[in-house]
Amino acid sequence: MSKTYYDPADLRKFGNITEWSEELGNKFFDYYNSVFQEGALTAREKSLIALAVSHTEKCPYCIDAYSKDGLQRGITKEEMMEAVHVGAAIKSGAALVHGVQMMNKVNKLDG
Amino acid sequence: MTKLKTQSLHKRESELANSNRQLEILSNGIFKSGELPKFKDKISEIGHFPLKPKKLEILQINVGYMCNQVCEHCHVDAGPDRKEIMTKDTMQQCLEVIKNTGAHTLDLTGGAPEMNPNFRWFVEEASKAGIKDFIVRSNLTIIRANKKYYDLPEFFKKHNVHVVSSMPHWTRGKTDKQRGEGVFDQSIKALQDLNAIGYGMPNSDLKLDLVYNPSGAFLPSDQASMEKDFKKALMEDFNIQFHNLFAITNLPISRFLDYLIASENYEDYMYALVDAYNPEAVANVMCTNTISVSWDGWLYDCDFNQMLDLKVASKVKHISDYNEDLLNDRNIVISQHCYGCTAGAGSSCQGTVA
Repeated sequence: MSKTYYDPADLRKFGNITEWSEELGNKFFDYYNSVFQEGALTAREKSLIALAVSHTEKCPYCIDAYSKDGLQRGITKEEMMEAVHVGAAIKSGAALVHGVQMMNKVNKLDG
Repeated sequence: MTKLKTQSLHKRESELANSNRQLEILSNGIFKSGELPKFKDKISEIGHFPLKPKKLEILQINVGYMCNQVCEHCHVDAGPDRKEIMTKDTMQQCLEVIKNTGAHTLDLTGGAPEMNPNFRWFVEEASKAGIKDFIVRSNLTIIRANKKYYDLPEFFKKHNVHVVSSMPHWTRGKTDKQRGEGVFDQSIKALQDLNAIGYGMPNSDLKLDLVYNPSGAFLPSDQASMEKDFKKALMEDFNIQFHNLFAITNLPISRFLDYLIASENYEDYMYALVDAYNPEAVANVMCTNTISVSWDGWLYDCDFNQMLDLKVASKVKHISDYNEDLLNDRNIVISQHCYGCTAGAGSSCQGTVA
């Protein structure tokens, strides 16, 4: 057993989850693959969204996968970093917007 | 001016300049331990071992390893310090073959083929043979490297040459990182020169295709999407047009193998190639319809085997003994580098194959 929770080599084993629940595993991968097909959004745009969400979810497997996916699609490092900032901005904005709740409470109690 | 990145592995006397050492690396480690299946085992599963040629379609001739660039991932290990150049005598032998071959495509490559002193004579003579598609793989910067090359676009046009050129990205940073400082600007200028005389324009018979290969340890994405992105960016930024983009996978040999090992990406890259193995690509890999001729006239299944010095497994091994029927009866020589041609949609000098 690995002595760390995350092992980069585990990403290659992701497909193995179907071994313990084939039907659900296959449904997930079918859904996943359909999501990333070209649609109203291009596969390139979806890759950048996935990269941003990988960071907000703090998923190291996803960050590895979508950094590589971006390179494969010719996405530049500037585009990738901008996408990460979008995720980070939403994350920080999501924290900060709760400041309104704090202000509401303070104003109610001590206004 | 372009600024060269480095010297060839040969000049540096790197152990990887030795093709046997490269083959040793490709056969040992994760393949010897059984962690990854050997290419032979993989194609045996689908009844394609031994791999056999189909009808010969492409005659690819490497007229020398000398080049004005030293690209980071060059599988030829080409550069200004390489002195291997095809002689006029060997070209003459090639011309005899070109006149009689059943192949519909003649594909001249290098190095920078234009640096061979007999290049123009060879093109003039070869163009008389009536081959349907006559390709010259031009690195673009050679056209701007010296005044004596400035008229190459006109020369290509005169002989109805199909120009195929490498372009790793539509941005300066990524292109120069792989191919040397200044390469992007010179390539753009050369493409504009080619466009100016009709190359690459919509409905033009003067064919101009670009080759994309990844700038690092990753595989190319979908060829059609990449072509769309390249066309949009080159048109918007530089008003440049071209016909097709060929997405080519970097094979783990020569300078790219050196890069993979030095950057500690070798094993992950081999895993990526094996994971992306596509059995449907096997039947159409380029060695099934191509013969590669080296600067000194030896025959190979492909340009990659040429660089690994894996000559054809046939009684006929040299252009001086060329016999298409005998050659077509050979078994194709394979090793683990062949995974590069069967990954994803497959890869060849003409782009994807599956």
